[in-house]
Amino acid sequence: MISANLAAVFYLVSGILFILALRGLSSPDTSRQGNYFGIAGMIIAIVVTFLSIGNFSTSLVYVIVFLVIGGAIGAFIAFKIPMTAMPELVAGFHSLVGLAAVFVAIAAFLNPYAFNLGNVGDIKLASLIEMSIGAAVGAITFSGSIIAFLKLRGIMSGAPITFSGQHILNLILGIGIFVLIFYLCKIQSANIFWTVIAISFLVGVLLIIPIGGADMPVVISMLNSYSGWAAAGIGFTLENTALIITGALVGSSGAILSYIMCKAMNRSFVSVILGGFGADNSADEKKQKSDQKPVKSGNAEDAAFLMKNASSVIIVPGYGMAVAQAQHALREMVDKLKKNDIKVTYAIHPVAGRMPGHMNVLLAEANVPYDEVFELEDINNDFANSDVAFVIGANDVTNPVAKTDPKSPIFGMPVLDVEKCKSVLFVKRSLSPGYAGIDNELFYKDNTLMLFADAKKMTEDIVKNLD
Amino acid sequence: MEIDPFIFRLSIFILSIFIGYYVVWSVTPSLHTPLMSVTNAISSVIIVGAIIAALAGTSESIFNTSSIFGFVAIILAAINIFGGFLVTQRMLQMYKKKKDKKK
Repeated sequence: MISANLAAVFYLVSGILFILALRGLSSPDTSRQGNYFGIAGMIIAIVVTFLSIGNFSTSLVYVIVFLVIGGAIGAFIAFKIPMTAMPELVAGFHSLVGLAAVFVAIAAFLNPYAFNLGNVGDIKLASLIEMSIGAAVGAITFSGSIIAFLKLRGIMSGAPITFSGQHILNLILGIGIFVLIFYLCKIQSANIFWTVIAISFLVGVLLIIPIGGADMPVVISMLNSYSGWAAAGIGFTLENTALIITGALVGSSGAILSYIMCKAMNRSFVSVILGGFGADNSADEKKQKSDQKPVKSGNAEDAAFLMKNASSVIIVPGYGMAVAQAQHALREMVDKLKKNDIKVTYAIHPVAGRMPGHMNVLLAEANVPYDEVFELEDINNDFANSDVAFVIGANDVTNPVAKTDPKSPIFGMPVLDVEKCKSVLFVKRSLSPGYAGIDNELFYKDNTLMLFADAKKMTEDIVKNLD
Repeated sequence: MEIDPFIFRLSIFILSIFIGYYVVWSVTPSLHTPLMSVTNAISSVIIVGAIIAALAGTSESIFNTSSIFGFVAIILAAINIFGGFLVTQRMLQMYKKKKDKKK
């Protein structure tokens, strides 16, 4: 048994360790150490909680059993999950944080005495407000993340689901939650508390269904942020510093990532929330233009020839590369090129994957050293001085229309200046447009050679032809 | 007049938002995915609340309505803690520099 003051100091220490965990991520060199700080912070928080309650009865045995069960499931998932599925995994984890927040709030509401918040029917006013907000945000995070998970997993179509009056309905429900919380404080009725949670679950679903597949990177970051605010709400209820600090960190982290993603797509946050953008691939085929402009297409041999005679090559990978599982073949190709003293770098657009930084992880998994991988703003000037750009699985992020045509839906979006390269190799299965549903001018440029094939097969063929 | 402890917690909260703001901006974009998985793991420190709820049962009734919610929340948070930290570790292990891999 340790005193409440000592416990609070330890919670502060664990909060600081969490800050250091995030700080470590400023460079890959320090990141692993950062992760250990995070783990240490978590262990301290859990052990201190045990000690401060000082209840070493049978209950504790159960707590440890449940902890081990959950831990085993978590560890199993962590080792099994393929890196392409990271977005779904993160969405799934967010839903768990949300649900855990709801459950802790419910437990606190049912047994406020255990949390030192007063008695049933007579909970301290501030605590009641905090736990309702925590529960509401937690519930929104939970159901929103479930929808995001289903969309990313492909169980639910990525196409936006919209109906008239949707935004008004959301607004009414949102106001409803606040009104109910107000009444909850007045009469402390359990039924109102349940209703708040139920409406919040509904709001979470309604918030995410109108958002299209292309905006998923924003959605995941946004839910990341929500899960943080939910944790902070519970932290206030429990008067726990570690939880308040963490909630604030995670909340602002998610908000910043959402901002970065919005900027990378030149979309305002509000328009993402309102949704309706980015139908799924289903619309691809019919949108093909009837008046086909001339396109130069080539085969693996041509591509290999072009690259062998280049002195510098920039690879532009997109999510399509990951879907085709071409990253390992790509790596092989790059190794061969490097053996011929050709300089090879990778150019990554912020929304190249399905979540922030996703493409970097996929390349790292294929053993691509991270110092050959560059972000958009760091490499964009190099295209003009390079011989070949190898675009594989990317599309909209290379479309010059974003710079030239103010009428285009992606106008103003920062894009990679691929067309400035001496020649462009574009691996793609067909001429169909990408997520934004618009034609890519790059296909019809004189210096573009289209390689129509599956990304993995084409890369493997090029590798053979490089010998 | 005494200051309400709530104000102190609010101060910690707001200062932490600022710390979060500056720390997260300094995170390199190539590590944004591990950032999300590690924030996921640390936000599961909510397990602290779950443990308090779970241990609140009496010796006669370890499982009452409140503590059951606590126990379930422990499982959910534990999945996140272990899953989040381990998957982050797995990802970070893959980030290598050029010179590391040259044999």
